[in-house]
Amino acid sequence: MESATLTVERESLVSGGKVLADVNVDISRPLESFPTKKWYVAFSVALAALTFGGGAILWTIFNGLGNLGINSPVGWGVFIINFVFWIGIGHAGTLISAILFLFRQKWRTAVNRSAEAMTIFAVMTAGIFPLIHVGRPWLAFWLFPYPNTRGPLWVNFRSPLLWDVFAVSTYLTISAVFWYVGLIPDLASIRDRAKNKIRKMAYGTLAMGWTGSNRHWSHYETAYLILAGLSTPLVLSVHTIVSFDFAVSLMPGWHTTIFPPYFVAGAIFSGFAMVVTLLVLARETFNLQNYITVNHLEAMNKIILLTGTLVGYAYASEFFMAWYSGNPYERFIFVQRAMGPYAWSYWTMISCNVFWPQLFWFKGIRRNIKVMFVLSILVNIGMWYERFVIVVTSLNSDFLPSSWRYYRPTLWDWGVTIGSFGLFFTLFLLFCRLLPVIAMAEIKGVMKGEHKKGAH
Amino acid sequence: MSSGIIAVFKTEGELLSAAKAAREKMGFQNYDAFTPYPVHGLDDAMGLKRSWLPYVTFLAGITGTVSALLLEIWTSAFDWPVNIGGKPFVSFPAFIPITFELTVLFGGLATVGALFFVCGLPNLKRKPLHLKITNDRFVLFVPSNEKKYNESDVKTFFNQFHPEEVSVVQQ
Repeated sequence: MESATLTVERESLVSGGKVLADVNVDISRPLESFPTKKWYVAFSVALAALTFGGGAILWTIFNGLGNLGINSPVGWGVFIINFVFWIGIGHAGTLISAILFLFRQKWRTAVNRSAEAMTIFAVMTAGIFPLIHVGRPWLAFWLFPYPNTRGPLWVNFRSPLLWDVFAVSTYLTISAVFWYVGLIPDLASIRDRAKNKIRKMAYGTLAMGWTGSNRHWSHYETAYLILAGLSTPLVLSVHTIVSFDFAVSLMPGWHTTIFPPYFVAGAIFSGFAMVVTLLVLARETFNLQNYITVNHLEAMNKIILLTGTLVGYAYASEFFMAWYSGNPYERFIFVQRAMGPYAWSYWTMISCNVFWPQLFWFKGIRRNIKVMFVLSILVNIGMWYERFVIVVTSLNSDFLPSSWRYYRPTLWDWGVTIGSFGLFFTLFLLFCRLLPVIAMAEIKGVMKGEHKKGAH
Repeated sequence: MSSGIIAVFKTEGELLSAAKAAREKMGFQNYDAFTPYPVHGLDDAMGLKRSWLPYVTFLAGITGTVSALLLEIWTSAFDWPVNIGGKPFVSFPAFIPITFELTVLFGGLATVGALFFVCGLPNLKRKPLHLKITNDRFVLFVPSNEKKYNESDVKTFFNQFHPEEVSVVQQ
């Protein structure tokens, strides 16, 4: 008897009846032609924001931290909020490039390149804040344990702030290397189709002489898998360690064991929202609708729904534990969060993070480009306020009521914040112009069509 | 890379059967396949062994773990012990985050270093065998240093698999 096999045909990852040769043409187009008007407009806005922020940074370094709104007891302000916010944004990129790779989620091929680029730029942006916040950024290298003439006096390895230095710099290094390894075959593609001499030389140098030999592919795939395997625990460790900056202290509202998973879920949540924001813009600006399909965006919206719900659960759990612990300081701080002087920020956070993403339960909304764009921005606002709530409300009302003070960010705080968005978007827009925004070699591997004929 | 003959195919399947036959029927050893993306089953068809890169990662990772712990213990407990909040000089749990980070850092960088080494990167003098390899064509290359190399034999062999093009390359 003949055996019957039931196969479920999955929807194709690339739409529009594209063949292999179309991939190079479509994805290299932004690199090989002059930018569109939209790009110039976006780039000028980003550059203006960067210039403004750059000025604010220079003045803050020159004049000192007195520029900022931080006071006693609120010694951590917008700078630390921004640091945690940007590191969190980066996490979705690694999740897409590494964790979804290990789970064999083939749809990631459409978005992994730009998501990883986002990671690198976000971590670079994040790094600016602690650097200025140390007060004397020209001595920031003291953070590393190097033999010095002061004893040598070593760094304190028991401090979470030092763990942060190692976590963030390792994260940036490994993400950049992982990204570059992924780019090599695509850089070779651009080299081989280049008609212009300078372009051929520039991309040829970056591709380092990649030939596409299967003897190399075999090692390449292993290395890629290992890097994915290393990045997965790395990304979880980075935000865990960022949360230790808070959790290892003794402040009510910070000193809780829920912080690591809660921070990681929040990071992935905000990062995916940023990926959706960026990809919606990229696919419209560069006509990549057949590669970054609505199915891909829907998959990301499902992850936003999941992680948003996890974050909502964490908020509820924090409140429950504050009550259940019987610790009066812990209880006070949580009542203060919801009903104290910063209640406005708390309810902004709850509505943007817990309430609005629930709309993604509806398929029509998950697949509606305009609605998801608005929701993704709301999530990012909400996640910024989450860090505001965590940092400010705990510090503002500490153990000694006579020292309580309201925290108000200054113009310079906001200037540097705007500048950080400027830096991030400037880098991202340059990336869209200079490098393939979609991993061409990977997309070809998951495409169906004539070239698969006769393959087993 | 030496000179030899290339066959250009339009599909994965033709390349796979040609790559398999090149080893099994013709007894070629040093031949290579060139593809725009990693083709599944090609390693088996060519009889390639599993990559040895994981061993490099493992050894480098262990080196990272050990160096991180040695650095932390030596600086905190031996070179200049400082009493911080009455914590022990060797605060093992507090040393773990940095130990982990350095394990990953060493492992990751060594893996990429080994990958570059085994692929001979960077090598800017190397010319692609065919410009469409990085686009949409699959190429099989038999170098002239193969033991049983004979131009007409190789060409006849290639033609069984319906290549789009067969040509002699000099490099």
